[in-house]
Amino acid sequence: MIVVQGPVTLATLQQISQTLDAGAEGASVDLSAVTVLDTAGAWRLVTSGRPVVQASAAQQLLIDTVSAALPAPAAKRRARPVHHAAGGGLARLGEPVAGVVAKVAGSLGFLGFVVARLGATALHPARLRLTAVVHHMQEAGLNAVPIVALMGFLIGIVLAFQGATQLRQFGAEVFVVDLIAISILRELGVLLTAIIVAGRSASAFTAAIGSMKMREEIDAMRVLGLEPVDLLVLPRLLALVIWLPILAFVANMAGLFGGGLMAWTQLGISPGLFRTQLLANTGVDQLLVGLSKAPVFAVIIAVVGCHQGMLVKGDAESLGRRTSSSVVIAIFLVIAVDALFSVFFAVWGV
Amino acid sequence: MAGDPVISIRGLTNRFGKTVVHENLSLDVLRGEVLGVVGASGSGKSVLLRTIVGLQTPSAGQITVLGTDVLERSANLHAVESRWGVMFQDGALFSSLTVRENVEAPMREKLHLDAATRIALADLRIAMVGLPAKAGDLYPSELSGGMRKRAGLARALSLDPEILFLDEPTAGLDPIGAAEFDTLIISLQKALGLTVFLVTHDLDTLHATCDRIAVLSQKRVLVTGTMAQMLDVDDAWVHAYFHGVRAHAAQGAQ
Repeated sequence: MIVVQGPVTLATLQQISQTLDAGAEGASVDLSAVTVLDTAGAWRLVTSGRPVVQASAAQQLLIDTVSAALPAPAAKRRARPVHHAAGGGLARLGEPVAGVVAKVAGSLGFLGFVVARLGATALHPARLRLTAVVHHMQEAGLNAVPIVALMGFLIGIVLAFQGATQLRQFGAEVFVVDLIAISILRELGVLLTAIIVAGRSASAFTAAIGSMKMREEIDAMRVLGLEPVDLLVLPRLLALVIWLPILAFVANMAGLFGGGLMAWTQLGISPGLFRTQLLANTGVDQLLVGLSKAPVFAVIIAVVGCHQGMLVKGDAESLGRRTSSSVVIAIFLVIAVDALFSVFFAVWGV
Repeated sequence: MAGDPVISIRGLTNRFGKTVVHENLSLDVLRGEVLGVVGASGSGKSVLLRTIVGLQTPSAGQITVLGTDVLERSANLHAVESRWGVMFQDGALFSSLTVRENVEAPMREKLHLDAATRIALADLRIAMVGLPAKAGDLYPSELSGGMRKRAGLARALSLDPEILFLDEPTAGLDPIGAAEFDTLIISLQKALGLTVFLVTHDLDTLHATCDRIAVLSQKRVLVTGTMAQMLDVDDAWVHAYFHGVRAHAAQGAQ
């Protein structure tokens, strides 16, 4: 006979276990001195396999409930299947490759669908959600002006400062103007703007659309006969296509201003000289080459952001994963497409 | 022990901006009873529950749970928190954890148990709320609404609480599932000697489970009493609630 005393609960589980294990084989457990019994305690008593005596009615009820609910001891959790097949390595290589192909196909399919909806909207312009377009123009465009202008200004300063120290060795300080103008207008202004907007807006698009997906708002739209792409994607896409060139232009101007300021204070190139040198060697075509990339980057950012949002599943974890991959994919594609543009312009001699 | 109040609310006032949800509300929940809290939508049933468990700081008033003032951030509060379990309306399971890990989570945080015991106890809770054993390995997003509620209940029971707070436990369940859930709550309450604070709209649940009913109306607890007493209350809303078409259907079913 084993006598347990006091509370037999989750908190005292360890002592109870020791008492039970110390008892003789087949001895029964006397509960007459037990003050409190909870399910954890009852579970310990039941799993000890010892008969229980002197239990009060309530305790007996609890013990019966627990033993009735007790999962079958044979129900061991089965281990995760481990693959050791001969072709395992090959399969592990093939799976992600197939996954990438499927993802690219999925994204292209989404892009195609967006283009189709865009075409349908162009035929019936009244369907376009103008309020939403304006809202996103403010959110993703206008509100990004300060950060984009600051970024451009700082890049101008950095370029002028770094360029000047190098060019001074050759006494060619004045060419710092060409360095700043061409690198900012052609490349850095639009590229860095696109990267900032990708970080700012692609993530916002994914998070907004993704949480709508989680709350079944997208399904509600479909049931009402509304096309989610029309309502959610097109306004964001148009807003970015309109605003990314403007933001890139803002970055360009801020960059030139920052570079000019640095050239003036550090190199003694007066604003007048800066202007003359700028107009003499840098045509407006440099600016246009840079800005021509902006709408393409805008499409990439908006489509990737919205597509990742549409792919969000029911749980919060997937929302986070999609938001982060949306930014990574958008920035990667922007840089990759920028490289393609460089090759393209070089071949065409622009 | 039976009969002494485990939760005692005095002069509770909850204000959101200009909206007053509760004003000078007082309520006692007695040990071992199932108290059903009813009221119109927006009458502050869920706010009351959230206030008791400390998710909402009231503008004024005093709340004592198991002899501890929960509004005072004392060391005792921590101990009291492991003596209650809360089941939220949609389960509020952690979406990145499996059901078993969800049920283990309170034990992992509050107790020093070895992993095998913890898993065994989690599996026991999962079985006790009537979920199949294989549900333990599933993620919340893979469960149906009813299963999520059961899993939420299993997590609420994880620490063997003395008080169980249930927010709309049967909302959104089919009648069979809801009836099963009612039976489950009664059997657990009987076996574990729980005190249950139940917020509900479901008249069938009130009939089936509650020892006492508290009606929230006009920013306070208008009346408390048994189901039979509710039928004689002279108040338009209470009368409409307990004498409506649905109420008669529920009474007829008993």
